[in-house]
Formats: sequence, C-alpha cells, structure tokens
Amino acid sequence: MSRKIVVPFGPQHPVLPEPIHLDLVLEDETVVDVIPSIGYVHRGLETLVAKREYTEYVYIAERTCGICSFIHGMTYCQGIEQIMDLEVPQRALYLRTIWSEYSRLHSHLLWLGLFADAMGFENLFMNAWRLREFVLDVLEETTGGRVIQGSCKVGGVRRDISNERLAIMAAELTQFEADLSDLSDVFLHDDSIQSRLVNVGTLSRTDAYDLGAVGPVARGSGVAIDLRKTGYAAYGDLRFEPITETSGDSYGRCAVRVRELFSSIDLIRQAIEKIPEGDIEVKVKGNPDGEYFSRSEQPRGELVHYLKGNGTKHLVRSRIRTPTLTNIPPLVKMLRGCELADVPVIVLSIDPCIGCAER
Amino acid sequence: MGYFEMAKTAIRSVISRPATLMYPARPGKRSSLSRGHVVIDVSRCISCGMCMKKCPSEAICVDKEVKIWTIDRLRCVVCNSCIEVCPVHCLTMDGQYSSAVLTHSGLETFPITYVKPERPKKNETGETAEA
Repeated sequence: MSRKIVVPFGPQHPVLPEPIHLDLVLEDETVVDVIPSIGYVHRGLETLVAKREYTEYVYIAERTCGICSFIHGMTYCQGIEQIMDLEVPQRALYLRTIWSEYSRLHSHLLWLGLFADAMGFENLFMNAWRLREFVLDVLEETTGGRVIQGSCKVGGVRRDISNERLAIMAAELTQFEADLSDLSDVFLHDDSIQSRLVNVGTLSRTDAYDLGAVGPVARGSGVAIDLRKTGYAAYGDLRFEPITETSGDSYGRCAVRVRELFSSIDLIRQAIEKIPEGDIEVKVKGNPDGEYFSRSEQPRGELVHYLKGNGTKHLVRSRIRTPTLTNIPPLVKMLRGCELADVPVIVLSIDPCIGCAER
Repeated sequence: MGYFEMAKTAIRSVISRPATLMYPARPGKRSSLSRGHVVIDVSRCISCGMCMKKCPSEAICVDKEVKIWTIDRLRCVVCNSCIEVCPVHCLTMDGQYSSAVLTHSGLETFPITYVKPERPKKNETGETAEA
C-alpha cells in the first residue's frame, strides 16, 4: 500500500483553459479521490438583474457564456415571454432555432478542437477550428456578431434573415457537411484517438442518471435526455432524435458530440425549409409579474433560467443553472480510479465551461 | 481501424492556400452587419437623450444644456440599441473595431452642432403671430 499524495490541478493549467481547481488524491499514478472547487471567475451577473430593466438584461444574460451566448439570451427571453404571456411570431421562433443550432455547431467544433489539443493532436485541433470559422462567419453575416450575437430580444428577434440568404445558407451547408465528415472520421475511427479515449473515464448509465448528468455526458452513457424534445422554439415542428451512445467512456461522449454536429445540420436544413413568412417580433407592453423556470438544451446540456418579476421593470430574482455545474459530480465519479495522465482528457470530456458555471 | 484517417486532410492542407488571412496585408473579413463601433453625425443629433436612456451599459451621456454627446468606448458593449432607438438616425455602426488602448483615455466627446431650424411663420403678415 503506497502513500497517498495530493496533486493540485488547475485553476491555471497548460492543458485546461478553464479555471476549475481539482485536488487529485493519488496513490502512485492512480487517482483515488478528487476534491473539486470553483470560485475563481464569479462575476455576480445574477445580481445585476435588479439594476437593469428586464428588456436590457438580455444583453447580460447573453454574456453569461462566451460560447453558447445565443442560447442563454434565448432562454432568458423565453422565460420573460412566458411570464408575460407573449405570443412570439413563428418566424422568430424558427430564426431562434436556426441560430441555436449554429451556436451548437460552433460550440461542438470548439470543443472537438480543444479535446484534440488536450490529447496532443495539434493538427486536428487546427482543422476543427478552421471548420468552426465557417460557422462564425455565418453568424456574423446574419447577426452582426461572431460570438455575442445580440439578435434575440424579449418578444422575438432583432434581425430577420432574408429568404435568399437562407437559401444560400442551406446550400453552403453541403460543402460544410462534406468537410465535417472528413473530420469526424478522424475522431471516430483514428487509432491513436481511440487509444486515448476508449475505456477512459467510464460513467455507467445508473451513475449518470443518479448523479444528474445532463447533455452529452448523460447521452454518452445511454440516458436519452434532450430538452429540445420538449418542443421549445420551433423544435416541436422538426424531426430529430436524441443521440445516444452506450459505452459511457470519453469516446462515447466524443462520438455523441460528433454525431450531434450532423443532427444540427439536419435541423438547420429542416428549419430553413419550413420557416414561415411573417413578423419577427411582437410589441412588448407592461412589466413581468410572476415567476418561471425557463429550460433549454445548450451544447453542454440542460440550461435553466429561473426568473421572478414583481410587476416593475426590474426583475426581483434571476437564477441560472448551467450544465457544467450539474456535470461536476459525474466528473468526480469518472476521475476516481483513472490514471493521472488521463485527467486532462476526462475533465475536457464533460466540456467544462466554468465561466458559465460561476457567472 | 484507421491509421491514415488524417492523410486526406493533411494532403489537402499542403496543396491548398492557407486558411488564415495574412492579416495586416489583407483586411479581416467583415459583413455589412458587423458591429465595430458607434459613430455619431453631430450635425443631425437633436440631443433627445434616447440613446443614453436605452444604453444597457450606461456608456453614452448626452448633455442637453451644453450640447455635448459623450461615449465611453471601454464601457460600450456595441449592442446596437442606441442606433435602433435614435429617432433622427444620426447614429450609425461602423464595422471597424475601436483600436486597443494602453490606458483608459476617458470619454470621447462630440460637441453637437445641430441647430434647430426656425419655424416658418404661420402667416404672411405676422401680426397674428405676435398677438
């Protein structure tokens, strides 16, 4: 029986760009326990809800995360619209769906790049980010912002996309999909990648369910939960199935995200095909009075915005629960029993976004 | 099992042009909607203060008395709200980002040069207007 030692990992670590701190308890090279701690980038965004009008808070909600910013803004707007009983025009809902799926593409490609980087596969990292550039260009051309889109507002969206532009977007996706399938072949079939991922950081289906895993972490372990199935925005009109893998290891989580890229492309195509004509926003009058739990599916999993208003233009309370926070207990479970050298890959396999988790 | 999955992409990268732009020599990509920085046409601003009211980051200040429009570029989040609410459309968005600074240079001040045009008289004689 060897002596136990504690190795600190993060908040600043060469392979992990996110400020999470893990105390790894090691026995030789094996991790026997993990003590996670966060609290390095807390910004107090939820408190700002009392200082800004509810229509302006959407800009702050969007800045919660630098990657899935659009979905944060959209979830906030959905919550306010539900409290105020606003009927958002169908075209706005479809546009939100299209931008959400582009956000998912860009987030997953960013993650695939970082994941390749954590494995030491620099070439693949650059190729993933080159493809991501196409998605960012589309977002900039349609919303004006690469990362912070600012195109969602309470009652609808701020910008329309012309039908000609939508047709161009659909046509461009064909080439993008072909490039993407080259990239996905590497992630799914390459031998060196499999040797780093298969049977590393395994999370069983029961553990994933019990520990409240969400998003690709849960789906990688075979739990078919996907908030888009609840039919918010225009997802109710589109055909898709939650993508699941049964292996529960890092490879399973990677495969879920790779396959979700193609599912997102399919959803964008369907949305462009079905998008109706009409207004893109509804006039907002009055102030929100009531409370609502607004939920949506972020690239990392289930996102919850709890909003409470008291009939004034300032909300009383906003509470955001991000998927990364929920995925930390499953992460601790995955890390127990792994080798020290696998820690960066396993931590990245949950797609941590600590900036989001601490707000 | 794939051993040469990356070969196709690697060969294509060798023979194709670089994916990145040679930035200072070639300008960066920008679209007509790109948000860089807010520009004001001081000759048309009626100092109504709507932009100041709607700015979510409180970056804009309009002084109606001395007719000065100020913006704090480091506070501005380039959200486009001021441009959407401006009743006379004197605010526009330029696609060029405001340049990086070493120190906070303070506020950018623009004296408003708009002069309210005199109202045309109600009738030719002017007598009733005086009365």
